[in-house]
Amino acid sequence: MKVDPIHQFEIKDFWPLFNLGSHEISFTNSALYMFIIVGLASLLLIGATTRRAVVPGRLQSIAEICYEFVANTVRSSAGTEGMKFFPFVFTLFVFVLFANIIGLIPYSFTVTSQLIITVTLALLVFFVVVGYGFWKNGLRFLNLFVPKGVPKLILPAIVAIEVLSFLSRPVSHSVRLFANMLAGHITLQVFAGFIIMLGSAGILGLFGATLPFIMVVLLTALELLVAFLQAYVFAILTCIYLNDAIHPGH
Amino acid sequence: MSDARENGDRGKQQTSEAALSARLQRLNEGLGQVRDQARNAGHPSDSSGAQRAATASGYAKGFRLSSELVAGVVVGAGIGWLIDRWLGVSPWGLIVFLLLGFAAGVLNVMRSAGLIAGPALDEGTRQGPDS
Repeated sequence: MKVDPIHQFEIKDFWPLFNLGSHEISFTNSALYMFIIVGLASLLLIGATTRRAVVPGRLQSIAEICYEFVANTVRSSAGTEGMKFFPFVFTLFVFVLFANIIGLIPYSFTVTSQLIITVTLALLVFFVVVGYGFWKNGLRFLNLFVPKGVPKLILPAIVAIEVLSFLSRPVSHSVRLFANMLAGHITLQVFAGFIIMLGSAGILGLFGATLPFIMVVLLTALELLVAFLQAYVFAILTCIYLNDAIHPGH
Repeated sequence: MSDARENGDRGKQQTSEAALSARLQRLNEGLGQVRDQARNAGHPSDSSGAQRAATASGYAKGFRLSSELVAGVVVGAGIGWLIDRWLGVSPWGLIVFLLLGFAAGVLNVMRSAGLIAGPALDEGTRQGPDS
């Protein structure tokens, strides 16, 4: 039996919607899962906050923990002024978290394992940072690229390096989430494939198959951790970048 | 029970309590040392769960740093290539911007590892637990 670990990332067209230039825009499984993610997240959070009790129930506790967690992250890395971006960061965090966790369910599709999705999110953050930075600070935002106390002679090179470093942010921001999810899911699939291959190799293979099976169980736990951690990392990096827009050169 | 016996018990109890608290303190110090060592070595050795978590966060850290470096280089190369195409100064754009990209990547890595502060950041925020 042949196991194809890449097959799970295949985009399937469900029905075509319209044409954009020469590209056909279709409703895909990726789009379907994004709707599921948004729907589930909205359902959970709206459901959790309809009955606002002083003593929170289970659902309300989850919502409150989420709020506290993201609010603390925003306050600690972007300051109290960063709280005006709280809805933005919270939305990103919840979207990525739900995408990662729903992707862990067998036979489901992981939206965040598609580079285009993570790049879109990272570019959104990047343009929000640039736009807000220029809107709030004007040209003083460019001070971000001019470190203090650098000799005039090497300043052009330093500024060029700083600009490149700034431009490389969306790349590392998006690639990190994408690659973590992709690598994790491929690893899971490969080990799961070992179970099938060994299991079909007779009685001795069945005993051998327990080893990759244990591995898959452990990897699933690890992936759950990674799913949460990467959502958190995405949120905290967003906060750090927003902090640059809020207070450049301080 | 006789008074003498009770007194003796109480005395023993007191000494044993003192001994116990002394032992607890010693244990605490020992634990603290072990924890410090583990933290310095980067992998706590006390339980397999903690070890696994540390391995996972080490993996995450390695991933983070390598992606920072690669991002810098890729962006530098991309910009160099575009400049070559648009201005027709091939191969100088690629050469210069690839080198600058390497420098930016190293800067990213050092910033991400918390070795130097960012341009607009104090040390505390950059060293946030973004592993």
